[in-house]
Amino acid sequence: MIELVESVLVGAVASGTVFLLASLGETVAERAGVLNLGMEGMMIMGASLSYIFTNALGHGWAITAVLLVGAILGLLHALFTVSLRLNQVVVGLAFTVLGLGLSGLLASNEIRGRIILALNPEASPAVIASQEAAKLPPIPIPGLVNIPIIGPMIFSHNILVYISLILAGGLWFILFKTSFGLSLRSVGENPSMADALGVNVFLIRYIAMAICGALGSLAGAYLFIGYQPFWVEGMTQGRGFISLALVILATWNPLRAILGAYLFGGVEALQFRLQLVGVAAQLPYFLLMLPYIVTIVTLTLLSAESVRKRIGVPAALGVPYSRE
Amino acid sequence: MSGPEYLVEMRGIVKKFPNVVANDNVSFTLRPGEVHALLGENGAGKSTLMNILYGIYRPDAGEIWVYGKKVDIRGPRDALALGIGMVHQQFKLIPVHTVAENVILGLREQGFVINERKINNELTQLIQRYGWTISPNSRVWQLSAGEKQQVELLKALYRKVRILILDEPTSVLTPQETVALFQTLRKMASQGLGVVLITHKLEEVFSVADRVTVMRAGRNVATKNVKETNIEELVELMIGRPLLKISSTRSLDTSKPVLEASGLVVLGDKGLEAVRNVSFKLYRGEILGIAGVSGNGQTELLEAIAGLRKIMRGKVLLDGVDITNRHPQKIIDAGVSYIPAEVLRYSAPEMTVAENLVLKAYRNHLFANSLMIRWRDVNRKAEELVKAFRIVTPTITNKVANLSGGNIQRLVLARELGTLPNTKVILAAYPTRGLDIASTEQIHQELVKRAEQGVAVLLVSEELEELMALSDRIMVMYRGEIVGVLRRGEYDVEEIGLMMTGVKRAEVSA
Ligand SMILES: Nc1ncnc2c1ncn2[C@@H]1O[C@H](COP(=O)(O)OP(=O)(O)OP(=O)(O)O)[C@@H](O)[C@H]1O
Ligand SMILES: [Mg+2]
Repeated sequence: MIELVESVLVGAVASGTVFLLASLGETVAERAGVLNLGMEGMMIMGASLSYIFTNALGHGWAITAVLLVGAILGLLHALFTVSLRLNQVVVGLAFTVLGLGLSGLLASNEIRGRIILALNPEASPAVIASQEAAKLPPIPIPGLVNIPIIGPMIFSHNILVYISLILAGGLWFILFKTSFGLSLRSVGENPSMADALGVNVFLIRYIAMAICGALGSLAGAYLFIGYQPFWVEGMTQGRGFISLALVILATWNPLRAILGAYLFGGVEALQFRLQLVGVAAQLPYFLLMLPYIVTIVTLTLLSAESVRKRIGVPAALGVPYSRE
Repeated sequence: MSGPEYLVEMRGIVKKFPNVVANDNVSFTLRPGEVHALLGENGAGKSTLMNILYGIYRPDAGEIWVYGKKVDIRGPRDALALGIGMVHQQFKLIPVHTVAENVILGLREQGFVINERKINNELTQLIQRYGWTISPNSRVWQLSAGEKQQVELLKALYRKVRILILDEPTSVLTPQETVALFQTLRKMASQGLGVVLITHKLEEVFSVADRVTVMRAGRNVATKNVKETNIEELVELMIGRPLLKISSTRSLDTSKPVLEASGLVVLGDKGLEAVRNVSFKLYRGEILGIAGVSGNGQTELLEAIAGLRKIMRGKVLLDGVDITNRHPQKIIDAGVSYIPAEVLRYSAPEMTVAENLVLKAYRNHLFANSLMIRWRDVNRKAEELVKAFRIVTPTITNKVANLSGGNIQRLVLARELGTLPNTKVILAAYPTRGLDIASTEQIHQELVKRAEQGVAVLLVSEELEELMALSDRIMVMYRGEIVGVLRRGEYDVEEIGLMMTGVKRAEVSA
């Protein structure tokens, strides 16, 4: 029994890190007033790129490429929603559809092969044909990993898990303790006022979206090279949308996002364990449905004024800003 | 005092909006160490003139000199850099942030990591110097209107402004808060700041200002030393005639109430009880005043009666018929009209004046058949109301967002008092907020006239003068409860003031 609990806890962190990275990115964007419904698309792009790049050039380059492409996707989203002031829901969903399609295309045998060869002419045919990639190695932290329960739960993972935790703390500090964070939050609450006081609303929203895109894609990269390194089209399975809900659950607070992410991760881990022993065969269907339910509920909640007031939604979330 | 004679000199300012000349060759000066009142009717161009100084609008012609130098102010940023601060009627604060966060937002000198300790110390010193009680760490949404204003002032002081503009700062304050604000303004002036105070209230000019400039229809008609003028002269300059006195001879029929509320409990926005167990009866032809510091449940009470907020417990009867939690449309049809506290929220700023005027009545057979709105009739009515309520607008197809503050108020009053047939009850929240003296007088007369015709009026106001002049009875609300009820003849400013702070009637008289 203890073993089951421990394995679920370890699994909770392993699968929860996907949610954590994505919701950290989304938190930054939403605190600046931009709703990124393209999270799912950015995540799957990250997964697909990490698959291709890892096989071509290894983990380091894969992560670099993913961060870069993710940031560019975020900036593109900002171009449409911040500068051109298009509807954020529509643009976001378009990014999701685009990401799901493009990732599948890039990872398809033919095209993936060409990209890998272009990046690394010496790549072996076996690597090119592989549906898998090397997983990030776990780096148990000496000493800490021996603490009962907490040790294996937190300190037995790969580098991205540790980075995600450091990022959560770092982003919390930046958002709440620095003048850049104050400006960013103010832009999400009342952009015209921030503008009048000398804050560059557009620049801040672009930066926030770049961070959001980079972290969203990194979440996808972690999902692939850090969690289940075999490629399946559409393998994010709505995790991007679940992260959006998580942001709300965590009330736009990076530290609370840790708890929420591990909770959601725990549900997923538990589901696997139960399936292994043959319990709850219908559960997968329910879980597959979950992201969509979560999205509908989220958008509904966000549109009700009374709810917005009570849970502290950034007041200008989803509203394009124009200077008059 | 050394330095230039004027902190600010505006010369020949012209500002045109489509179809309106808001400022027509206006000149204005501000001296160091003075409080300069800016008077004028609604739409006279006061806010426009000061918005130009603060960089929100750019003038079409004219020059601005600050500290003896000609300047070009392209936006609030430039104004702040020149040491010009402005406190708008609608506070520009972020409610979920702390006082300190609101104050330091946008300040370049802060560095990357915010030094909370240092800022809190500096703010605490400033707060103490002005005898305020706010804490740098409170969240702004927890503060009263008066305290929010202190945050705005703090923002200006922390930026070391030398020129401070306040646009109708007292319209949201209690009498006590107003007194405190004026002390602050005098203190600022004594330290060499120049303060511009836009106001409609003549008493305020005499209690705090050194000079006064009167504007009328976009021009400045006179600038006077306050010591050398008097109320009558200023009224004459502003509206071109003396004021009338309200008098009413009404007899109340207290046999059957029109509106009867019993044990009302209503929640506020934060989910806490804003109205607690409130009961009262309102009779035909009666004006029942509700006194209280704003934010003590008055607005929630009216919203609940109007069907805009859920009544958790208790009952509202209109002529004996239960209207508790009925659909607002049903309540409107039953004869309840509602003048809301936030007029802008209850109008459609991007729609035209005519459309806004019939927003409540467009279904009525006067303006529509079963399918179509008859725009000819709507427009005729709109023209009529614009005239009757003296709404200053170039055309009835003007967007409401372009009206001046007072004119939006007038428009909502016209909608509530002028378009609905067979009104039985008028729920009026701060109906004269932001109105100039002539319009205030007109609305007072209108309410009294309605009461004489048998309409019952529930009047929420922070102006004790207004309540005492109009009401047959005054109920005092504190923290959602009725603290006591006084009848005409028993009114006493001190007593009501005390009750507004929660002291019960018996304790007051005992
Ligand atoms: N942005 C705008 N677009 C068009 N017209 C405007 C705009 N701002 C003000 N006006 C018009 O300019 C005139 C002067 O308006 P202003 O707001 O300066 O009046 P005010 O003296 O401040 O009045 P109040 O006491 O009612 O606030 C009004 O007729 C108003 O309708
Ligand atoms: Mg004004």
